[in-house]
Amino acid sequence: MADEHNTVEHVADAAEHAVDMAHGAEAGGAAMPQLDPTTFSNQIFWLLVTLVVIYLILSKIALPRIAAVLAERSGTITNDLAAAEELKAKAVAAEEAYNKALADARSEAARIVDETKAEIQSQLNAELAKADDEIAAKTAEGEKAIAAIRDNALSSVTDVATETAAALVAALGGQADDKAIAAAVAAQMKG
Amino acid sequence: MGITDVATEAHGEGTGLVFHPLDQFKVTPLFGDGPVHWYTITNATLWMAFAVLAIVAMFVIGSRGRAIVPSRGQSIAELFYGFVYKMVEDITGHDGVKYFPYIFSLFCFIFFANFLGLLPLSFSPTSHIAVTAVLGFGVFIIVTLIGFVKNGIGFLGMFWLKDAPLALRPIIAIIEVISYFVRPVSHSIRLAGNITAGHAMIKVFAGFAAIAAVAPVSVVAIAAVYGLEVLVAGIQAYVFTILTCIYLKDALHPAH
Repeated sequence: MADEHNTVEHVADAAEHAVDMAHGAEAGGAAMPQLDPTTFSNQIFWLLVTLVVIYLILSKIALPRIAAVLAERSGTITNDLAAAEELKAKAVAAEEAYNKALADARSEAARIVDETKAEIQSQLNAELAKADDEIAAKTAEGEKAIAAIRDNALSSVTDVATETAAALVAALGGQADDKAIAAAVAAQMKG
Repeated sequence: MGITDVATEAHGEGTGLVFHPLDQFKVTPLFGDGPVHWYTITNATLWMAFAVLAIVAMFVIGSRGRAIVPSRGQSIAELFYGFVYKMVEDITGHDGVKYFPYIFSLFCFIFFANFLGLLPLSFSPTSHIAVTAVLGFGVFIIVTLIGFVKNGIGFLGMFWLKDAPLALRPIIAIIEVISYFVRPVSHSIRLAGNITAGHAMIKVFAGFAAIAAVAPVSVVAIAAVYGLEVLVAGIQAYVFTILTCIYLKDALHPAH
């Protein structure tokens, strides 16, 4: 406890000293090294030397160099951006050309499909017409043959009927009149 | 009571408490113990030279590759360049760009002096009002000259606000003139004050670390203040530069 008490006293002392010191600085003036005029000329001289040296180093060497680097960089970036823009435009043009070629190819394909369809259709029609003609011709031929056969058959029937009628008339003892028999057969055939 | 007396007294009590928070700002000759003449090589000279070396390392050696795809060092150099260049161009417009090397030199000197000053046992040139006053008044004089060269007597129109009611204009003009002449003072004291206060605070906390019971708090506080000082070192360089740009803009385009 005593130690602690001492410590507190020390702190109080120190604070007092600090306050005294501040007073001392105010009253004495020279207590602050900043306010000692004997060092002013020295500091001002070396400050001016330092400032001139810094100004010369920066304005003659460092700043032009950094400015040149920055300008070069911004130039490079601008050029690269322009080149990228150009390449992008080229890519867009290429894509358009590709799309156009694709569309052309599609329409060409559609046209070929249509043409081929039309050609096949016309060939098909021609073949169908030809086949129809052939069928019609064969039918007509057949009909003609049938007609001829029928005519033959009819005339045979007339001959047979006339002969049969003449034979019947003769068998019955009558005198066969060829004209009458033919007329009678014809009349029977019609009926 | 002087600071030396305090320190002696603190030693004399045998408590281990040592307060020399302002000793770090002393300008002393590097070689020998003689008086500090204007040409004497002092610790201020040394740490300004370190700032120059750091600038050479980062911007000359860093950019020596001139690569389209930059190396790490070149990236950092380009980052600084782009950051300050954009600041100058955004604030002062296109006609302010030709003053970019001057503004960039100021920024680099303050930035590297601030950060090198954060190394243990180092010296911060920017904590000295003599240094920051030269920087601040240098900006003030150059900007005022540019204003008169570019705009002639019309530069004074900056103080005569056409938008204000006629009766108020003389009063506003007086206020504007006063604020114009206060600019270099605030410009330089802001930088020196920030750096001095932070560094002194670290030393005060370090002095308290001698007391065992307070030491952990003290160490944490030092770490915290150091973190804050890292922030301050960057921000003060930025603030000084952006104010320079704003003053330059007023000189180039005095119409509000």
